[in-house]
Amino acid sequence: MSAVLDSHGHGASDHGHDDHHGAPHGWRRWVYATNHKDIGTLYLLFAFTMLIIGGILALFIRAELFQPGLQLVNPELFNQFTTMHGLIMVFGAIMPAFVGFANWMIPLQIGASDMAFARMNNFSFWLMIPAAVMLAGSFFMPGGAPATGWTIYAPLTLQMGPSMDAGILALHLLGASSIMGSINIIVTILNMRAPGMTLMKMPMFVWTWLITAYLLIAVMPVLAGAITMVLTDRHFGTTFFNPAGGGDPVMFQHIFWFFGHPEVYIMILPAFGIISQIIPAFSRKRLFGYASMVYATSSIAILSFIVWAHHMYTTGMPVTGQLFFMYATMLISVPTGVKVFNWIATMWKGSMTFETPMLFAVGFIFVFTMGGFTGLILAMAPIDLQLQDGYYVVAHFHYVLVAGSLFTMFAGYYYWSPKWTGVMYNETRGKIHFWWTLISFNVTFFPMHFLGLAGMPRRYADYPMQFADFNALASVGAFAFGFAQVYFFFFIVLPTMRGQGAPAPQRPWEAAEGLEWEVPSPAPFHTFETPPKLNADANRIVA
Amino acid sequence: MMNFYNTLKTASLGLMAMGATAAWAVNDLPGGPAVNQLNLHPPATLIAEQQVWLHWFMLIICTVIFVAVFGVMFYSIWKHRKSLGHKPATFHESVKVEIAWTVVPFVIVILMALPATKAVVASKDTSNAELTIKATGYQWKWGYDYIKGEGEGINFISSLDEKQRAMSDSGKPEPTDDYLLKVDNPLVVPVGKKIRIITTSNDVIHSFAVNSFGIKQDAIPGFVRDTWFRAEKTGDFHGQCQELCGKEHAYMPIHVKVVSAEDYTAWVAEQNKKLAAKQDDPSKVWTLAELTAKGSKVYEANCQACHQANGKGMGPIKPLDGAAVVLDSDKSKQISVLLNGQNNLTMPAWKQLSDTEIAAVISFTKNNWSNKTGQLVQPADVQAARK
Repeated sequence: MSAVLDSHGHGASDHGHDDHHGAPHGWRRWVYATNHKDIGTLYLLFAFTMLIIGGILALFIRAELFQPGLQLVNPELFNQFTTMHGLIMVFGAIMPAFVGFANWMIPLQIGASDMAFARMNNFSFWLMIPAAVMLAGSFFMPGGAPATGWTIYAPLTLQMGPSMDAGILALHLLGASSIMGSINIIVTILNMRAPGMTLMKMPMFVWTWLITAYLLIAVMPVLAGAITMVLTDRHFGTTFFNPAGGGDPVMFQHIFWFFGHPEVYIMILPAFGIISQIIPAFSRKRLFGYASMVYATSSIAILSFIVWAHHMYTTGMPVTGQLFFMYATMLISVPTGVKVFNWIATMWKGSMTFETPMLFAVGFIFVFTMGGFTGLILAMAPIDLQLQDGYYVVAHFHYVLVAGSLFTMFAGYYYWSPKWTGVMYNETRGKIHFWWTLISFNVTFFPMHFLGLAGMPRRYADYPMQFADFNALASVGAFAFGFAQVYFFFFIVLPTMRGQGAPAPQRPWEAAEGLEWEVPSPAPFHTFETPPKLNADANRIVA
Repeated sequence: MMNFYNTLKTASLGLMAMGATAAWAVNDLPGGPAVNQLNLHPPATLIAEQQVWLHWFMLIICTVIFVAVFGVMFYSIWKHRKSLGHKPATFHESVKVEIAWTVVPFVIVILMALPATKAVVASKDTSNAELTIKATGYQWKWGYDYIKGEGEGINFISSLDEKQRAMSDSGKPEPTDDYLLKVDNPLVVPVGKKIRIITTSNDVIHSFAVNSFGIKQDAIPGFVRDTWFRAEKTGDFHGQCQELCGKEHAYMPIHVKVVSAEDYTAWVAEQNKKLAAKQDDPSKVWTLAELTAKGSKVYEANCQACHQANGKGMGPIKPLDGAAVVLDSDKSKQISVLLNGQNNLTMPAWKQLSDTEIAAVISFTKNNWSNKTGQLVQPADVQAARK
């Protein structure tokens, strides 16, 4: 393959052909990027931008909910904010950020020179830009952005303006991008590992992403099908979900959640992988139960396909349906528990230090487990009848998606940014960022459990006054949380990107294992151009 | 348990005061939310009682596990530090331990599922209801039809108090205990009776929920679903629409008034009087001209979409013009078709129309287009056929 490509551009050269033209620079480096590290950087910057946009929407929501009564926005715009906050955070921030981590780290961790399909990699990134513009720009279309909630339930979608079509097209593009990214990741992992890196010696991050990529390929087409049916219902006279023509609105929910539940594991499994790398590094001890971690991750992925209707207990399922989905959902807590126990056993009798990556990792385990327990409580169908579509659910999924996915991304950033940028981040500022984030996160979302138990429904622009104090508290916390992330970008990320800070050694962490620490900091533009020769554990290069 | 609960409540109120948030001078709303409520509503049905019990059961088990697991983690964080000179151990697997912490959670999960299963089965049993009420979601109000049981035939629309909606828009609502929960016509039900609620919707998905009863059932257009409750005490109980249904989603509350059996009977009598006052008198005898004039309006509103203005029908829709049933001198045949439908309800039943409307539209079809039978059907004929 490479010989074919080379014969066009560079004649008959083989190794080291990059020396002929050097690294591309200027805007071409990014627009024509085929290097996994550049594309990884693009993904991460894109995801952070979307995080900030989605965050600003969240702050509009919290500002409106600070007090009873409508002070800032009308209910229609409020619904647009909740919808776009959800869509942007899920499809624009969390998913692309993990793809960014995958691009940067998977080739480095398996000793590959790059991703398998470099140009498709470029395409799958740049496809997201028009999608993001369409999604965020839908606020400026006639009738405003979609206001259906991120779950886009029919038949409410049939009442939306043209922005719904823009949203559907954007989701199609993001889905196509995800599928291409997943194919790339699977092919890279299965075909491009350095000799000696057998599957059961792969770093956990690579394992979790391999499983995640399969999940993505399985469910993104399902979402595509569902939203295409919404599109034809809207414009071409079909009635898949329109009851006026014999359609079934509940069928939409089944299809959506058949995508949607694996989707939440897509957003958390790579996070488990990152944590499984950081905990051993800072405990100075090997990961406890590597094999059972792999099996637990696979079990979670498989179970994720048979639990979707626990999002739909209140649609009116038969008793047997409720019981099946309740049991299946509760079962997921077993492999998830195994993971938590493994992490704690890894820490047990280790020799721990608490640099920022470790702080975020431990913070993750602590807060994520709270989200896990509320998930178990929500899985119980009788209790869910009280809590469904209320703030308890909002609290639950922010505990697993913010404290779960986002915290691990911070952990991953602090852990790997010395390798990316070649400088150490400022440790004091990292610690400030951690504590500020952890505390403001809990101030924001912990009171929502009480609101949910007391019966406050979600997606409400205004609420009975008995809920006022907890809402005010949550709003204060949300703004503090938002500012913590602005601090993170300007005082931690930006200086390292500019190369300000102590030069990072090749191995900034005493006990971190893996091939990424076998290359200099910052990682050179091209790494592992010839397959490295590995030791028995496949975590060191032997000369 | 209650002590712990109260301590928690006091502690969190203290925190609130320190936070110096705006003091909303409102009181607890019985049957609705309490100020800074920390847990589920006080139950008013056995199902809700079970839910509250289950929630405590789960909360306690989860808290115990959480404290135990993180006790271990924090002990480790405290003792196994590099700064204390702790040397790392080298173990990294143990089949015994791993099997144990897979099997033990599995057993715990099964123990949790047992009481939950009982509650699910109980909450889904909607048989043997003493009163059946249909709740229809509209953007953005609730319609209630008493379908079966005492009060059958009563129907009304229930929407949010307009003053409260205006207060919300003003951005400075007055402190109100039932803010956004007050409706013009509450749903009235008798205490201690099994009430079956059938939900459906006129437009998008809504959700009918009353926390104190432990019920929440989506109202789905084109479908009927049901749930039930048996209120153990009288009083007012509040809920809100729980499924995003468009811009006024926050403004379609549910208010259920549970009254004693005698009060309920009195309320039904009063409602029936109101309904009767609104209805046409079926014993009135109409002239042909009056009936066809009214009938043509009924036809336009209900029949024309299928049978067409020219009465010729279309495709599978049968023509009325020249149809045997319409021309038949036995009026009861056509009355029966309208009341019961035919051809597997391709022609639907129209029994929800009033006797006068059905009589009028039949008279109209019997004397329009080329149909010149001169027959007329009186409301009394329809009333007789209904029985």
